[in-house]
Amino acid sequence: MWSFFHKLGSPPWLYRISGSILRWLLPITLLALAGGVLWALLVTPVDFRQGNSYRIMYLHVPAAIVAMAGYYIMAIAGGISLIWKMKMADVAMKACAPVGAALTFLALVSGAVWGKPTWGTYWVWDARITSVLILFFLYLGVIALYEAYDNKEAASKACAVLSLVGMVNIPIIYKSVDWWYSLHQPASIKFTGNSTMDPSMLYPLLWMIVTFYALFACCVMMNMRAELLERGSRTRWVRDLATSGEVR
Amino acid sequence: MYFDSLAAALQMDGHGIYVWPVYALGVLIISALVALPRRRERQLLRRLAGDIRRQGGARASEEE
Repeated sequence: MWSFFHKLGSPPWLYRISGSILRWLLPITLLALAGGVLWALLVTPVDFRQGNSYRIMYLHVPAAIVAMAGYYIMAIAGGISLIWKMKMADVAMKACAPVGAALTFLALVSGAVWGKPTWGTYWVWDARITSVLILFFLYLGVIALYEAYDNKEAASKACAVLSLVGMVNIPIIYKSVDWWYSLHQPASIKFTGNSTMDPSMLYPLLWMIVTFYALFACCVMMNMRAELLERGSRTRWVRDLATSGEVR
Repeated sequence: MYFDSLAAALQMDGHGIYVWPVYALGVLIISALVALPRRRERQLLRRLAGDIRRQGGARASEEE
């Protein structure tokens, strides 16, 4: 057990192991994503109330869910780097931010476009949408704050604190549709009790959610690999890697 | 297949104009998420390899 944690702190080990995971996980994820998109666009039946615009949900919901879960992962990594000064946690925190920001952006834009035919407007300042916009700014804030410091240790601390404080926002997003009157509909998938969706619509959605989690994992790993190389550019293993010509 | 024809799938009863651009944006964002870190990694290694080659060359010329 302890040797695993010890290895986890070793950049060359993490670089190698993530490389061998990505070699199969990334192609499988991209294939599953392509399959899920075709399923969502062409196979699923039409929603009797929203019409075909509801197909946007298959991109919107997974992006939003993983953007929120990704924030927790980023904040937890930030907390670990703050408390135990683990360099690798700092690398992970930094790697999460751009992926989370991109997914939040996708959730916001897809939601806005969905809103037009469904609610008659692209944007309303209601609790759910505003709190997701705040999530987007929190991600951007972490990215910007990291770049703002020359001293990377100070940058890491500041970002960890920002991401931990921003965690308050996640339950607010989640509960906003129950707490406030909102145009946004409440969740259709429930962990307890029956979902209000037909299986022919539910299964592709679950498929896309799982795929987006895998995509998040792949992208974070790839960002971490690039970051590890940059930070270790003076170390032996990175220099050996560069001269060996084995650039994948 | 839910739609009868390709035209019907593109049209989506008038909602195609909303659905297809969103998916195009999704593909664009995901492609960028996958491609950018790989490009950064490759550029880093290439630059480092160049630096090492130049340093090695400089050292060799000093020794001459």
